[in-house]
Amino acid sequence: MSERERRRWRLQGRAAVGVPLVCLFLVLALVGPWFAPYAPRAIDLAHELEGPSRAHLLGTADNGVDVLSVLLTGARTAGLVAVSTVLISFVVGSLLGAVSGYSGGKTDLVLSRITDAVQAMPSLVINVALLALIARPGFGHMIAALSATGWVAYARVSRAEVLRLRDREFVTAARALGASSSRILFKHVLPNAVGPLIVQATFGLGGAVLAEASLSFLGLGPGAGASWGALLDQGTAYLLRAPRLALVSGGAIAVTVLGFNLTGDWLRDALDPKEQ
Amino acid sequence: MRYLGYLLRRTLGGALTVLAVVSACFLVLEALPGDPTDTILGETATAEDRAQLRRALRLDQPFATRFAQFILDLIVPARGMGHSLRQPARSAASMIADVWPNTITLAVSSALVAWAIAIPLALLAASRPRTKTDAAVGVASLVGVAIPSLWLGPLLILAFCVAVPALPFPGPDAKGPLSLVLPSLTLGVGMAGILTRMGRASLRETLREPFVTAARARGLSEPAVLVKHALRAAMVPLLTTGGAQLASLLGGAIITEKIFDRPGLGTLLLQSLTARDIPVVLACVVVIAATAVLVQLMVDVAYVLVDPRIRLS
Repeated sequence: MSERERRRWRLQGRAAVGVPLVCLFLVLALVGPWFAPYAPRAIDLAHELEGPSRAHLLGTADNGVDVLSVLLTGARTAGLVAVSTVLISFVVGSLLGAVSGYSGGKTDLVLSRITDAVQAMPSLVINVALLALIARPGFGHMIAALSATGWVAYARVSRAEVLRLRDREFVTAARALGASSSRILFKHVLPNAVGPLIVQATFGLGGAVLAEASLSFLGLGPGAGASWGALLDQGTAYLLRAPRLALVSGGAIAVTVLGFNLTGDWLRDALDPKEQ
Repeated sequence: MRYLGYLLRRTLGGALTVLAVVSACFLVLEALPGDPTDTILGETATAEDRAQLRRALRLDQPFATRFAQFILDLIVPARGMGHSLRQPARSAASMIADVWPNTITLAVSSALVAWAIAIPLALLAASRPRTKTDAAVGVASLVGVAIPSLWLGPLLILAFCVAVPALPFPGPDAKGPLSLVLPSLTLGVGMAGILTRMGRASLRETLREPFVTAARARGLSEPAVLVKHALRAAMVPLLTTGGAQLASLLGGAIITEKIFDRPGLGTLLLQSLTARDIPVVLACVVVIAATAVLVQLMVDVAYVLVDPRIRLS
């Protein structure tokens, strides 16, 4: 790595805030529930909506549920939904986009029309519609609903990248050497298109955390486990009696989304030397 | 007159898009597993009630008839886009008409808030690149983008209705322009963050163009160069994003409607979905899709108005 490159990847400014936040979130999602002092649904009716105390560091919510435990378990829910959604959307979207851009013609036309149609409606409306039709939505349903709208962003990025790359000299060279279409696509074109896709995925993780919270806030979340959005739903209902609930849960969502956005910005600048 | 043909073609195309979207929804709802009378009435309903509901839903008729009736419901004004199943006396159109003014005032006022914040900030940052002002605007817009309306809404209520009780506490009783302030801010701030970032980038690019140098060479003052020449040309990407934002707001700001306990199109759609009130769901989808198409058309016309280099075709 040259000095110049090292400077480009240095964690300073926005990245010095964003990257630690993302790491903190991922660690909490991984181990958070193990450190939860109570079960996220343990009911304690004698201590409902109480302020912070030694037994409940962040106080209690409706039915005496421990807020800290909900936050720690909710991190797992957010992380699980976000990572799965982004993985599925990334793979499906980049493949469809790459095929669309590389083959052109009718395939491209049909796939572009589908992406346009999905983008014509606000994605939250589509997600809400898909989940509201299911009697008891679970994790799988939530991930499927979010992926149903999520893949489009990756398809657009990967299509644009493939269109940009497909007539470059190194691709023509590979074709002249007799490489098959799939070999050209997977070995030559896609590896060069990975940067913008990773940037998109970073923003996508933040977006999926927010989407999970929004859907849970609307009461469409997975019934099992705990969610920051569901806690925020209680928080707005008890805004006068226990403003702490809304502040803490909304704060967790906001800080996580901010972390992913800052990291995405940093990655975009670092991966694109033109911006320097 | 030159644009009449263009507008006609676009309107027709838009109508076809809306038709395609609702037909797809109709098919999806049709393909859902389970007997709709079970989900609507519950499993304990009497056979008589079921038969009546099946007639109301036209489930006793073949698919083609049902689809034709559905399309007629939508286009014949007297049919009011079909009848609600939850409130059989009411037409879907009248239920939408109830919430539509709320949705449109909130969407328009939020967009106004967003543009009123974004344009001055973008001009400020782009005219002073690489200064502290530029950096401060950058940080502010990032925070604006990252703060979800989910959180900003409750924060604003706590600040301006509880800590400093300057504005009415949200609820069904809160009416009048003052009750619109906080919901518009909640939605506007996030949109402003995105518009500011785009506006700054677009302006920076435009300021390097020869016509800006030419305007400066003619001795125009810097504010005139910025606003009359650079801003106009930099508007195109902003209009695209602003249009998408407006369409999405008109599609129903479900979250903000819930936080501020305001009726609106999003809430109506969610309630109708949960109650399996299919005629109202489909009517909402038609309105949302038609609005999106209409806003897109307005944006395309606006391109020509702000940037004389663009032609409609």
